[in-house]
Amino acid sequence: MIEFIQQLLNGLGQGSIYALIALGYTMVFGVLRFINFAHGDVFMLGAFAGFYLGPKTLRLFGEGPSYSGAFAALVVAMVLCAVIGIVIEKLCYRPLRDRPKLTVLITAIGVSLFLENAGQLVFGANPQSFPELIVDRALEIPESWGAISGLTITVSQVLVFGVTLLLLFVLRYVVLKTKMGMAMRALSFNPVAASLMGINNDVVISFTFGLGSALAGAAGILTSIQQPSIDPLMGVNAGLKAFVAAVLGGIGNLPGAALGGLLIGVIEALVVGYVSPTYRDAIVFGVLILILIVKPTGLLGVSEREKV
Amino acid sequence: MKRPLLLSTALALLATAALAQDEIKIGEFASLTGGSASFGQSSHKGTALAIEEINAAGGVLGKKLKLIAEDDQSQAGQPATIVRKLISQDKVVAVLGEVASSKSLEAAPICQQNKIPMISPASTNPKVTEVGDYVFRICFIDPFQGTVMAKFAQSKGWKKVAVLTDVKQDYSVGLAEFFVKGFTATGGEIVKDQKYSTGDKDFKAQLTSIKAAKPDAIFVPGYYGEVSLIGKQAKLLGIKVPLLGGDGWVGDSLLKVAGNSLDGSFFSCHFSADDKAEAVQNFVKKYKAKYNGETPDDMAALGYDSAVILAEAIKKAGTTDGEKLRDALAATKAHPGITGSITLDEKRNATKPAVILGIGGGGFQFVQTVAP
Repeated sequence: MIEFIQQLLNGLGQGSIYALIALGYTMVFGVLRFINFAHGDVFMLGAFAGFYLGPKTLRLFGEGPSYSGAFAALVVAMVLCAVIGIVIEKLCYRPLRDRPKLTVLITAIGVSLFLENAGQLVFGANPQSFPELIVDRALEIPESWGAISGLTITVSQVLVFGVTLLLLFVLRYVVLKTKMGMAMRALSFNPVAASLMGINNDVVISFTFGLGSALAGAAGILTSIQQPSIDPLMGVNAGLKAFVAAVLGGIGNLPGAALGGLLIGVIEALVVGYVSPTYRDAIVFGVLILILIVKPTGLLGVSEREKV
Repeated sequence: MKRPLLLSTALALLATAALAQDEIKIGEFASLTGGSASFGQSSHKGTALAIEEINAAGGVLGKKLKLIAEDDQSQAGQPATIVRKLISQDKVVAVLGEVASSKSLEAAPICQQNKIPMISPASTNPKVTEVGDYVFRICFIDPFQGTVMAKFAQSKGWKKVAVLTDVKQDYSVGLAEFFVKGFTATGGEIVKDQKYSTGDKDFKAQLTSIKAAKPDAIFVPGYYGEVSLIGKQAKLLGIKVPLLGGDGWVGDSLLKVAGNSLDGSFFSCHFSADDKAEAVQNFVKKYKAKYNGETPDDMAALGYDSAVILAEAIKKAGTTDGEKLRDALAATKAHPGITGSITLDEKRNATKPAVILGIGGGGFQFVQTVAP
């Protein structure tokens, strides 16, 4: 029983990362109706932002690892990734906005390949050791707690889960309660009507890319705190899983992306723990196919009626 | 316009042909970048040092050796392409490489087919030399390494051991198989058998189920990239028992990533720079002088030995003809290498001692030597 709960906890930790990345996929799909395949690589850039700037932000708050230093690194990485996301959209996707969606999709794959290979050139292809931003240690549940004693939770797991939840609430607030959020939703509903109502679509799309990329940057830092070995290709697999998570939850739907991410994380942990790691990806994609057969729009997706 | 161009090309060709006669080309394929770059870099540095020394001493058969090193980027599929290129385009007389067994296994059939001798410095999976009679290795093999660690575990009084294998690496699977055989034959018990794949970064699921089985030690015969993360996560999950492994652990970044989480763990390997033997200390001195004070690891020592053994064999054969070179290599006996006395047996595997190193205080410590 303890083992099962432990596996669930491990899965939630990994799932939080997928959820953060999946949100970026789903937001961009919401406003532009295309999949930004370079998103996973923005996640990688977030990790490398932490790699280079983390030690500097730590020094602002004294010697050695500290929470304030880690938080500063997180913010810096998020801002940097937001800028990168906006620049990518401006340079690569905006000129193609009126072209067929397939053109943009292929461009996105090109941007992704560019970032991966440029990353190998600039950062080096070898895995690098991520600086210690916080002192990670295990919190073991003591005997006196009875049924769940022996369970181990690490500081980084709590942190990752906590920060993810916090970012989800911030995102929810931005999308539902602010003017920009309203504009995003309007644009997603009908871009032409939105611009007729005085919304500057370019600004809203830039904002969406910035927001999604910032979340990916945060995921980059959080995942590196848990697994301190980073390389320029780390975004490939994480990005793919997050994309699956977004589709699983219903692409275009924010709570769906979060739910999908957590679900994929938990399924992976359980498959690895109880079945075999060899079948991990097969089972994850199998679940995706099953869900799409039963509910083609994903778990929380709403079917869109094709207008004639 | 066309004729001068043709003429100059012809001249250039002639010039290279003339140059080529003064040197013996040796091919090397190694993971100079990518996931196991630490191995490739080390073995390449050792090999290059040996070639440099041999050339400084007058070369072989009156000719200089020329090392043509290619990077396989730690990627499956690359070794085959590269070795084909080395043999057909560069016309090398022999091939050195690789550290990882799965990559050597890709290249071996191609060398065998072309009757070009291949020497792997550090691939320990038995299958490598089974490919054919042109494939050699100068390191011990998995059964030996697995058995050594099984014996070591027993000598420590550990009765229950869990195994965590990298299913994508022949090396890891081989070591685990022989460890389990050796450990259970003498009354030990394998309490949990878990697996992971190269490139994984989260091992908490496997470690959680291993922790539940309460082992005395965990055998993790993987490569340093994953092992460092496994060590770190094991400690975080509250696993306090030692981890055991093989020569795949040796790599600069093992302790950089793992920090002190692997303290108290042990692994078997080929060489220790702390070994007081004169040959070893000499080698360490030369290596440090060439590579800015860097201490050689066992891949560097094996890379060095592989190049020296090849040069000796070319001398003995008196020719670079593939068949004669192979016979000379097969006759290698009690070669005084940096990694111990090397004798190649009839299966073209090396019989030689292993050392066990312990981790602690931010480095590796020499524990004991185990003879074959």
